[in-house]
Amino acid sequence: MQRIEEANQQAIERMVTGDPVLVDVIPAAEAISELKERMILHAGPPVEWDRMCGPMRGAVMGIAVFEGWADDLADAESKAAAGEFDFHPNHHFDAVGPMTGMTTVSQPLMVVENKTFGNRAYCAINEGLGKVMRFGGNDGEVLERLGWLRDDFGPALGRALRHVNGVPLKSLVARGLTMGDEMHQRNVACSGLTLRALSPPFVATSDDNEALAKALAFLGGNDQFFLNIAMAMGKSIMDPVRDIEGASVVTAMCRNGTDFGIRVSGTGDTWFTAPVEMPEGLYFPGFTERDANPDMGDSTIVETIGLGGFAMGAAPAVAGFVGAGAASEAGNYTRTMSEITLAENPEWTIPSMDYLGVPTGIDIRLVVETGLAPTINTGIAHREPGVGQVGAGVVRAPMACFEQALLAFADRMGVS
Amino acid sequence: MAKDPLRDLLHEPLSVINVGLEGFAGELAAQKVDVIQVDWTPPAGGDPELADLLAKLGS
Repeated sequence: MQRIEEANQQAIERMVTGDPVLVDVIPAAEAISELKERMILHAGPPVEWDRMCGPMRGAVMGIAVFEGWADDLADAESKAAAGEFDFHPNHHFDAVGPMTGMTTVSQPLMVVENKTFGNRAYCAINEGLGKVMRFGGNDGEVLERLGWLRDDFGPALGRALRHVNGVPLKSLVARGLTMGDEMHQRNVACSGLTLRALSPPFVATSDDNEALAKALAFLGGNDQFFLNIAMAMGKSIMDPVRDIEGASVVTAMCRNGTDFGIRVSGTGDTWFTAPVEMPEGLYFPGFTERDANPDMGDSTIVETIGLGGFAMGAAPAVAGFVGAGAASEAGNYTRTMSEITLAENPEWTIPSMDYLGVPTGIDIRLVVETGLAPTINTGIAHREPGVGQVGAGVVRAPMACFEQALLAFADRMGVS
Repeated sequence: MAKDPLRDLLHEPLSVINVGLEGFAGELAAQKVDVIQVDWTPPAGGDPELADLLAKLGS
C-alpha cells in the first residue's frame, strides 16, 4: 500500500537522521514539570500496585522511603496498597528506566537532546551491579548509593557535560559497535569511551580530589554505565517517529515484569500489551530459572532502534553471556531481525558482517507475517524484591502485541 | 521402455532441500542424506484473518 510505504519511509528518515547528544544531568522535577510528590514513574506499560511483580514492588517501597514518603519499607508497602502513590509509565513523560525503572522528583536524570528535532529524553543514572534498585533492591546500601548519585555524582556529571557542551552519541555508538558492544547487555566499550570523553571535564570542573576520584572510579568501574545513556538516546530517537499517519513502524517496546507493551507510529500512543515472557539464559552461581522474574524494563527501546539483540552480530562475546549459543551464531540473530525491519542504519554498521547496518525500523506487518518476534537481550531479576540480578538471557517480544497492533492499524487504515 | 526419472532419482545419492517442518530434515540427516533446512512458516502462522489483512496492507 503506497501510503504505508511513504509513511514508513518518513519514519526511517527520522530515525536515521536523529542526532542524539548527552547534554546534562538535572533533577527529575526540573526535567519533567508534571512530576509531583508521591508520583512514581515505572518501566513498561501502565500497571497498578495489585498487578506489580515482586521486584517492582520492592523498588516502589524503596523509592518511597528514599523520597521521604514513608518511614520504612513496611510503611511504604501499606501506603502503596492503600493507593497513596500515583503510578505512571516513564514513557508517558519522555523518560525511560531500566528494569523496574523508578523515576521520582529528586532523582538526577541524564538528558539526551535530539538536535535534529529538538526533543529531549531522560533516564536515571546506572547504579552499577550488585544490590540495586533497578532489580528491586531497597536496603540501606541501595538508598545510600541513590543519595550519593543525587547529591554528588549526578551534579558532577552535569557540570562535566555542560563544560564540553555535551557528548555526541551517534558517533560514539558507531565506534562501540566496532569494539564489540551491542548496547544492551554489553556496554564495555561505550562506557570506556564515555569515561575517556568525560574525564577531562570532570577534572576541569572539580575542586575536590577525593570526590573526583570516587566519581571516576564509579564511572570506570561500571561496564553497564552506558546502558542508561543508550536508553535515553533510544527514546530521543524514537519520539519524533510517534504519530506518523500510516506508518507501521514500532516506536516503543517495554515491559513492567507483568505485561509487555508496544506502541506503533500509525496508531499513536495506544499500548498493545500481552503477558510478558520469561527470559531464557544463564544464571549466576547459586541461582536457577526458579528464581527468575519475568522480563522487565524500558531497556527494549535499545532494540527498537536496532541495537541490543538486533546488533548481536557486533558482540559475539555477549552471545555466550546471555546463553544465545556459539559466538559464530551471533550474526544469525542480526540477520533474522533484518527480516522484520525496513532498513539498515547507514552509520551504525557491524564490521564482522561486512559492515551490515543494524536492522532498523521494526514493521509490525513483517513481524506478524514471518512469525519472527523481536529478539531482546536482557538481564534477569530475582522474583523476590530486594535480591537483585540473578542472570542474563534472551527473550522474545510476545507475538500477541503485534497481532493486536496489526488489527488496530488495519482499522485505522480503513482496511477490514 | 521409457526412462523413469523417479526411479533414477532413488538410485542416486540424494541432495534434499527441506522447507518447513524441521523433523523431516532431521530424519534425513540421521540417514546421512545431504539435506539443507529452510525455515519457513505460513504467513501469519496460518491465521486466515491476519493473512488477509496483511495482503491488503501490502506486506
